[in-house]
Amino acid sequence: MHETDMTKALIATLQDWWKAQSEPKISCVHLVVGKFTCVEPLSLQFAFEVQSQNTFLEGTKLSIRETPLIAFCHHCQQEYHPEIGIQYACPQCHSPMEDIRSGRELKIDRVEYSTNTIEDTYAPNF
Amino acid sequence: MHQTFDAALGINLLHANQQGAEHNRAHFDQWGIICLNVMSSPGAGKTVLLERTLAALTNEFKIAVIEGDMTTELDANRLRQYNVPVIAINTGRSCHLDSKMVAGGIHCLAHEYNPSDFDLLLVENVGNLVCPAEFEVGEHAKVALLSVTEGEDKPLKYPVMFQEADCLLITKTDLAPYLEIDISQIEANVRQMNPHVTIIQVSAKTNDGLENWFNWLRNAVQSNTAKSVMSLT
Repeated sequence: MHETDMTKALIATLQDWWKAQSEPKISCVHLVVGKFTCVEPLSLQFAFEVQSQNTFLEGTKLSIRETPLIAFCHHCQQEYHPEIGIQYACPQCHSPMEDIRSGRELKIDRVEYSTNTIEDTYAPNF
Repeated sequence: MHQTFDAALGINLLHANQQGAEHNRAHFDQWGIICLNVMSSPGAGKTVLLERTLAALTNEFKIAVIEGDMTTELDANRLRQYNVPVIAINTGRSCHLDSKMVAGGIHCLAHEYNPSDFDLLLVENVGNLVCPAEFEVGEHAKVALLSVTEGEDKPLKYPVMFQEADCLLITKTDLAPYLEIDISQIEANVRQMNPHVTIIQVSAKTNDGLENWFNWLRNAVQSNTAKSVMSLT
């Protein structure tokens, strides 16, 4: 279950960013996870729920967008979708899968967060 | 009143591990060490391959080993018989080595020895065909092993490992006559996703093919020496 280690890495990276931003409330973290990686989104989701408890990310939503495996065949000059577990070579000319255009992503894409505005924290004396 | 924002980060999920791997690699380059990450499923023959390698090459090169296992020092003790430094790392419940663990290992090595004296560091990863492929440890090349008893379909089922490998050793070839296995099909399945990989068939039982593996290692070490000589001039 390497997703626990992935989650640990994710939380550490987010913590650096969170501190640099004066510790805002993070409502949602958006990840991009390629189909041609060793990461299972459901396991990652579960690990995040458990490991974010009692941290600055408690209650933060994790949104995972999966990207398909897409390769480019230089011989045919076109993209194709390899069938993971069955066929990786180009279905037209059988050239090997060399140029992966999508599917290897493991990325923290963006973060939604909110900060208190001055009206919240400033108590005027009148 | 709250203001909501949306910040684009675009940071790799394994950013911290990759930074650690680059840090390790910078050390290896400074010391003139070539580091290989040796990976396979449990029981494919990593440790016996390293035994044969140490027996044959310790006269030619100064070699050190980092031995990753979830528990026990059984493998590390097998390799210590060859009088090379073997640093055992028990990963506990973790099913792979990461760059931080290997950093701890090279710290031990540098503490007890002069690391610049070494030519080759062999990192034997935890037996697993899945996540070691995603966690770089600072290696210059990835070596994967697949034994003939595992079947032709494994490269198709565990593609990331075989797509990332620079060298693939097909092991236990002495058993092939007793199995319904087509080694050329293993090779074809790997080449579908990794056409430039070097494939070497070996048997640690009969020693068949081991010389080809040793030559691959000699080449790797020599190209590293050539590189460091070039960088000095």
